[in-house]
Amino acid sequence: MTDQHGQEPTRRDFIYIAAGGAAAVGGALTLWPFIDQMNPAADTLALASIRVDTSPVETGQQITVMWRGGPVFIRRRTQTEIEESLAVDISALPDGLARNENLSDDAPATDENRRFTEDLLIMKGNCTHLGCVPLGEAGDYDGWYCPCHGSHYDTAGRIRRGPAPENLPVPPLRVADEANPAIVVIG
Amino acid sequence: MSGPSTYEPQTGIERWLDSRLPIARLMWDSFVDFPTPRNLNYWWTFGGILAIFLMIQIITGVVLAMHYTADVNMAFDSVQRIRRDVPFGWLIQSMHANGASFFFLAVYIHIFRGMYYGSYKAPREVLWILGVVIYLLMMATGFLGYVLPWGQMSYWGAMVITNLFGALPVVGEGIREWLWGGFSVGNATLTRFYALHFLLPFVIAGVVILHIWALHVPGNNNPTGLTVKTKKDTLPFHPYYTVKDGFAIVVFLMIYAAFVFYMPDALGHADNYIEANPLVTPSHIVPEWYYLPFYAILRAITFDIGPISAQLGGVLAMFGAIAILFVLPWLDTSPVRSMRYRPVARWFFLIFMIVCLCLGWCGANNPDDHVLGTPLKFVNFAQILTLYYFAYFLVILPVLGFTERPKERPASIEAAVLGNKPATAQPAE
Repeated sequence: MTDQHGQEPTRRDFIYIAAGGAAAVGGALTLWPFIDQMNPAADTLALASIRVDTSPVETGQQITVMWRGGPVFIRRRTQTEIEESLAVDISALPDGLARNENLSDDAPATDENRRFTEDLLIMKGNCTHLGCVPLGEAGDYDGWYCPCHGSHYDTAGRIRRGPAPENLPVPPLRVADEANPAIVVIG
Repeated sequence: MSGPSTYEPQTGIERWLDSRLPIARLMWDSFVDFPTPRNLNYWWTFGGILAIFLMIQIITGVVLAMHYTADVNMAFDSVQRIRRDVPFGWLIQSMHANGASFFFLAVYIHIFRGMYYGSYKAPREVLWILGVVIYLLMMATGFLGYVLPWGQMSYWGAMVITNLFGALPVVGEGIREWLWGGFSVGNATLTRFYALHFLLPFVIAGVVILHIWALHVPGNNNPTGLTVKTKKDTLPFHPYYTVKDGFAIVVFLMIYAAFVFYMPDALGHADNYIEANPLVTPSHIVPEWYYLPFYAILRAITFDIGPISAQLGGVLAMFGAIAILFVLPWLDTSPVRSMRYRPVARWFFLIFMIVCLCLGWCGANNPDDHVLGTPLKFVNFAQILTLYYFAYFLVILPVLGFTERPKERPASIEAAVLGNKPATAQPAE
């Protein structure tokens, strides 16, 4: 290998390129901790799961709990609301996917795929448009209505009209233990 | 325009310093003897006004930082404490909060002035681009600062804006959590916003120095848009423009003081006197007035454009509305700088200014409400205005450069000022 002057590369050339390469790679590697420090810290991640007793929630009532710094809606739906949700034609929905973290990504947005038990609906309470908290028992579909930019959700938390692109997501859910089926672990 | 230096050190100390660090020479050549077009009108005083406001914001901001606590449990109370208990805290907090509004008012006038008189055209493209960079940094700083009092509008404004990044495909979710430092706007978000809000004004100050440097290479544009040809076209910056700028600064500060002392909350929102609550959204989230036109553009895109969802489309349109300013020097194809001599363009520009104001009006209103009781909804009105906003840059200015017949321009700046007819103007020296 020769350079443009037809001379063999010297030890100085080698040191020059090696030092430049080390500086570039080292600089990039040093940058990473300064970027990654902004990601959620270990204690934030450790608080990512809560237990909620759903037994005091009466039919037609909704409670809101804080999970991961944001609201989670827990609603015990009335028979009318369940029937309204079951009657919906899935193919006509703006978002046909269940958005349920307990199911596969391509699960359809049926009522069965959205609810926790037949009457209990548990989902995150931030509008999928820009994160506002929708109001309950409101909107044109008897579900939730987001006052910020006018998104309407139905009684299974599915987006029906407005700028929101997705159904309200269902977080990871499980029953705490068989003895207490009313206690739900979120996260 | 920067000719040979006219600085002459008067004393021994000045001569000693001048041969070691010629900073007095730099100041003299930049702000005392700098040759400035003799016909600058009051629209040119806003650069000086902006420099004053950057200083006001930095000084009041550093003082506020001494009393503010960046913690979700204490931030709201610490701002109330500044307003009620800290000696003169009511004044300094009011100066800072209203200072932001007047800073933006001045920058909008400064930008419109540049657009009307063609100050972005060759050879001032870099000057203009640096100005747009400053404007972007100002918007970021203003947004970060508005979150710090941790009221309801602070919290939900932060929520809506950070969620904009969630609209990006694939990486959106990750970027959002990275910005938040958690799974929602929270303490980690507040502390980093505080650190960055402290940092960015100094970055702005740095870019302002570049902006002035880039100004002092070609020199000021002027209302005629003509290039300076002879020394007769100019006046020394001091005392002519130090006094003119000073007068304008005093008048502008009087209006500012009226707000600071008598209407300290007129430009804010009542909702921001409710502490942030992640479980309740205010019924009507609106940003500060200076972001309203862009908020209207964000909400105007309610339809999918091919593979781009309405949500992402809105975000792209909003950022595009600012990004398009970067290429304005190349979109305007007319060789005539000042719109004084562009009889068609000046009307389109006038409409453009009205469109920007109307976009702000749309941003302040509920999209589904009707405009003054007409069947037209605000969202549809905003769509029409957004269309004009982009058409102005992408269609009107590029085409006008070829089709418009400009009016006859004076022979020189001197001739324009002294009223000489172009035919009788003295030949340039």
